[in-house]
Amino acid sequence: MEPRTDAKICGMGHSMRRKEDPRFIRGQGHYVDDIQLPGMLFMDIVRSPFAHAKIKSIRTERALKVPGVLAVITGETLAKYNLHWMPTLSSDTQMVLPTDRVMYQAQEVAAVIATDRYAAADGVEAVEVDYDPLPVIVDPFKALAPGAQVLRTDKKDKKDNLAFHWEAGNRAATDKAFAEAEVVVKQDIYVPRIHVASIETCGCVADFDAAQGKLTVYMTTQAPHAVRTVFALVAGHVGLSEERIRIISPDIGGGFGGKVPVYPGYVIAVAASVVIGKPVKWIEDRMENLQADSFARDYHMTAELAAKKDGTMTALRVKTVADHGYTNASANPSKFPAGLFSICTGSYDLKQAFCEVDAAYTNKPPGGVAYRCSFRVTEAVHAIERVTDVLAQALKMDPAELRMKNFIKPEQFPYRSVLGWEYDSGNYPAALQLAMEKIGYAALRQEQAEKRARGELMGIGICSFTEIVGGGPSKDFDILGLKMFDSAEIRVHPTGKAIARLGTKSQGQGHETTYAQIVAEELGIPASDVQVEEGDTDTAPYGLGTYASRSTPTSGAACAVAARKLREKARKIAAHLLEVSEDDLVWEPGKFSVKGAPQKAKTIQEIVFASYTNYPKGMEPGFEATSYYDPPNLTFPFGSYICVVDIDRGTGMVKVRRFMAVDDCGNIINPMIVEGQIHGGLTQGLAPALFEEMSYDENGNNLAGSFMDYLLPTAMETPHWETAKTVTPCPHHPLGAKGVGESATVGAPPAIANAVVDALSHLGVRHVDIPITPEKVWKILKEKGVAE
Amino acid sequence: MATHKIKVTVNGTAREAEVESRLLLVHLLREAFRMTGTHIGCDTTHCGACTVLLDGQPVKSCTVLAVQAHGREVMTVEGLEQGGKLHPVQQGFTEKHGLQCGYCTPGMLMTSCALLRRNKNPSEHEIREAISGNLCRCTGYVNIVEAVRLAAERMR
Repeated sequence: MEPRTDAKICGMGHSMRRKEDPRFIRGQGHYVDDIQLPGMLFMDIVRSPFAHAKIKSIRTERALKVPGVLAVITGETLAKYNLHWMPTLSSDTQMVLPTDRVMYQAQEVAAVIATDRYAAADGVEAVEVDYDPLPVIVDPFKALAPGAQVLRTDKKDKKDNLAFHWEAGNRAATDKAFAEAEVVVKQDIYVPRIHVASIETCGCVADFDAAQGKLTVYMTTQAPHAVRTVFALVAGHVGLSEERIRIISPDIGGGFGGKVPVYPGYVIAVAASVVIGKPVKWIEDRMENLQADSFARDYHMTAELAAKKDGTMTALRVKTVADHGYTNASANPSKFPAGLFSICTGSYDLKQAFCEVDAAYTNKPPGGVAYRCSFRVTEAVHAIERVTDVLAQALKMDPAELRMKNFIKPEQFPYRSVLGWEYDSGNYPAALQLAMEKIGYAALRQEQAEKRARGELMGIGICSFTEIVGGGPSKDFDILGLKMFDSAEIRVHPTGKAIARLGTKSQGQGHETTYAQIVAEELGIPASDVQVEEGDTDTAPYGLGTYASRSTPTSGAACAVAARKLREKARKIAAHLLEVSEDDLVWEPGKFSVKGAPQKAKTIQEIVFASYTNYPKGMEPGFEATSYYDPPNLTFPFGSYICVVDIDRGTGMVKVRRFMAVDDCGNIINPMIVEGQIHGGLTQGLAPALFEEMSYDENGNNLAGSFMDYLLPTAMETPHWETAKTVTPCPHHPLGAKGVGESATVGAPPAIANAVVDALSHLGVRHVDIPITPEKVWKILKEKGVAE
Repeated sequence: MATHKIKVTVNGTAREAEVESRLLLVHLLREAFRMTGTHIGCDTTHCGACTVLLDGQPVKSCTVLAVQAHGREVMTVEGLEQGGKLHPVQQGFTEKHGLQCGYCTPGMLMTSCALLRRNKNPSEHEIREAISGNLCRCTGYVNIVEAVRLAAERMR
């Protein structure tokens, strides 16, 4: 799409340089740990070395003697105010601090408040906790086995470790389709426990002003408004009332879903500030962040695909055991405990499908956050895209041909999937075709054949994913009852400069730039004249925040709707100023002119000025509009990725030689930012595919608790990403946009896994679980007798 | 706890401080000197968010003691812009969209700056190798490589 506005206005389609950059490149970002308030104290946390243990005693005497230490807060302290428990975003319960038992390693046990961070750390060393270790369950299958030790004894009458059972689809009809199928393939697929590992950890500064009775919390949150409401609900009984709680989310150093939940540390810091009456800062270190904060994924899936001999897919069945750790702290919409996993039919026209999820409690940290993924979509896409390749292998069909044969056809949109979603728009064959052309698929297959003949291992992997983002329509989507709309408020000042405030919160996505471009697109006010603000609950309109690729689909839409309301007001004022009827006016970005007399025109700036100085009789003065946008449907970005890998027979090392990503996220607001989002997403897809896993030993000890063992890809392992796009506008979004932040994280892992399996398929390999480490591959090569 | 009087030149300005033996350089900069452009990301020298130049060499300031900087010159992100003019690496990062959340950016800029001092025309591989001690979770590195290349071109 060619931009409709010129470079001065810089509306949609311009690769405008980011408005956030000038402060970041000067080191003038304002992150939570940069905040320094007068009299501020520092909090550090004592954590459990055991994954499951009784707490016999917590002795604080020595700690209180450490110079600088002012207080030690324990579960007993919080119990006096009934603040030792809190609800999770999935309406489960979670300890803030324990009074008798710890349930996972690194769980918060006590908090030390001191005059600075070094004294607080000294205090943590001096707190003496006496534990009595209890048997540990780390395996979710064992947790769900009959007779297993019940972990959640805090829940009255709980007789097992099942957190929930959830299913979608017609089980009987699907079973029948499988019974009648000509070909059936079945594959166990594990998507491992991983961590967002944003480079900035989590933290807050809680500042309770006793004189005003007002609590201000600066915190790393992607959803400040929802957090404010949660705080009011949790602490209302001790006098924290929502109008006197202000959450400020400053610059955030990466969120990726990990900064959606409310962690115990935030709540303890708030309690400490309220009790002590001084600002209290709490900043996690990296080990705490990796070991205690919400994990993602951890889905043990068994996927089955039924098909005809010609490759026509007929039915899908997926059974999942999900490890939720100690409590169900997923940040999922309440109607969807397994998130949007029922998108697992993917890009294919499947007539029958059934999926079910059994979620288990174990002695691991809680979580299940949607890590750069719209609620379990990554797991769903991994299942369908991996099992599709297993089918291709069984049928000896080219995986591209099998996909082309089964794609939902462009003319079938809007498409109702058998599991109930209405896909808004798509052209799947076009995206795969483009990816194949761009990467030279036929030539690569030729090269592979030649290399294979020489004993070299090269693989080509495809993933044609369909995303489901932008949660969501109020009929289905809420978190703790709060409907998942989002908001925008635009005020234009007399001199024509605007401020836009939104209910979302950027964590690097560039909202200050893209939202300004939306205002520019709709009102013709230059994007450089639009100041965008988010993250302060005292000023921004209520919204559910930024995750699930929802900012553009919800707040972006709200921004366009609010701007259009203003344009209608502008039309009335222009008619008044030009003394013509509204119908005689023509809009072009930045001005209204009279039909047939283009020299008779009023610029948006003149019109705005008139709204304060010379407005029509009966009209409210000012130039301000708000929109709370309840999306009519979700959006369904899609794409096709093709990955080429080479495998070293000596070491088992997988090298991603090329990766072509064709994305379709509908209409694009800022092409530069969209491409950047795809690059980042691809790298966060590469990470779990080849490197990252949060693993535990049988005692529940974390084996990847720092960056020494949890391997983030560096620039050396990350390939030079190649990107291209198709554009299929969203039919129901005011701007035709779909959201893009997560597509690549979702689409990359199966493309890489499929490429590795493809490289080894002639050896009889049909599946490898991610992360595909050199050790894993080398063992396969050794077993097949081809290791060098 | 023993304390020490240290003298450090930071971005060309002589500074003095009385510090505990264990104080980390990054905390000296961030908390004693209130220069918060240098960030902390991992505590184990892996992520590089805290990278500063110590006598011109990039170091991870979360694993350098403040006392080790005594009598030496430290350069931080705040020292890149000179006389209101951005350093070419700063310019390159914004023009090539080499940053998103901005948290790793100061460390990336300092590492890139050190690379370009010793290598006027680095290849893609040399750039990737140079920044391999700096983790970025947002950008996927492609645009950072482009940004450093652009800066190199402008500095030649």
